[in-house]
Amino acid sequence: MSAIEKTRHDFTIRGAEPGDLGAIVEIDQQVSGAKKTRYWRDALELYSSHRDKGFFLVAEREHRVAGFILGEIRAWEFGSPPCGWVYAIGVARANLLEGVGTQLLDALCAHFQKANVDKVRTMIARQDHELLSFFRSYGMMAGPYQQLELELGSH
Amino acid sequence: MNLQRATRLALYAVLELADQPDKQLSRAEIAEKFEVSGNHLSKVMRDLGKAGLVEAVRGVGGGYWFSGNAKRTTLMDVIKIFEPARFENAGEREPGKATDLGRTLNLVLDEINETIQATLNSISIQTMLQIKNRSMIHSSRGG
Repeated sequence: MSAIEKTRHDFTIRGAEPGDLGAIVEIDQQVSGAKKTRYWRDALELYSSHRDKGFFLVAEREHRVAGFILGEIRAWEFGSPPCGWVYAIGVARANLLEGVGTQLLDALCAHFQKANVDKVRTMIARQDHELLSFFRSYGMMAGPYQQLELELGSH
Repeated sequence: MNLQRATRLALYAVLELADQPDKQLSRAEIAEKFEVSGNHLSKVMRDLGKAGLVEAVRGVGGGYWFSGNAKRTTLMDVIKIFEPARFENAGEREPGKATDLGRTLNLVLDEINETIQATLNSISIQTMLQIKNRSMIHSSRGG
């Protein structure tokens, strides 16, 4: 990904770089409450070397990272034709309600479409009404798959 | 999932009014569009008024307008006005609940309830109108 996109709110959407690690960890910590430096360092390394399938983008204004989004194209998992997955999205508390999340998701979807993928999916905790509302307002609806899980050792 | 008639009517009224924020709609106009009696609608509008979701201007040329926050008001907010107990531990005192089978059945029913609640809590009035507008675009392209 080489294109740098200037957005209508003066945020620049660009590919994440190793130097963004601190900001990404901090934003994620604001959202999730957990500090996951190693996880994000590994993700940055992985997705900067596989930019054909995975997209790790950040929104930046005046050299400050205001948000990030991580997504990937996966094919034939769960029997599904190639589709884009949104793995994570985060917006700095100071930049909430400025349209950062929408601009990041717009940019990610544009990359998916450029790769001839016509569907995007994500998975959100049922209790996370705020994030659910965000994706709903973007137009996402329940898909044809249902997530199931098992407490291992329970049977 | 079925909604009571008053709840469904309340959702229609709120959505119709929120879709036309610059316009006041009379009780008769809303009743005619959704094929209900004016009397039935009156009670619904009164309850919506008490909840702060609609306001009325009386007299000639008067009518209702949406006074809530379309971005922040969810389908669940409206449903709870008319069916406050719908999602409260359904079957709490039902016979058989304390049995193994009763507990197992409730496990599955709770799972369904949680999914429904998450959906209703995450769809705002504004999102509903966006869905409606997108569906209209799709059907006009298709037809």
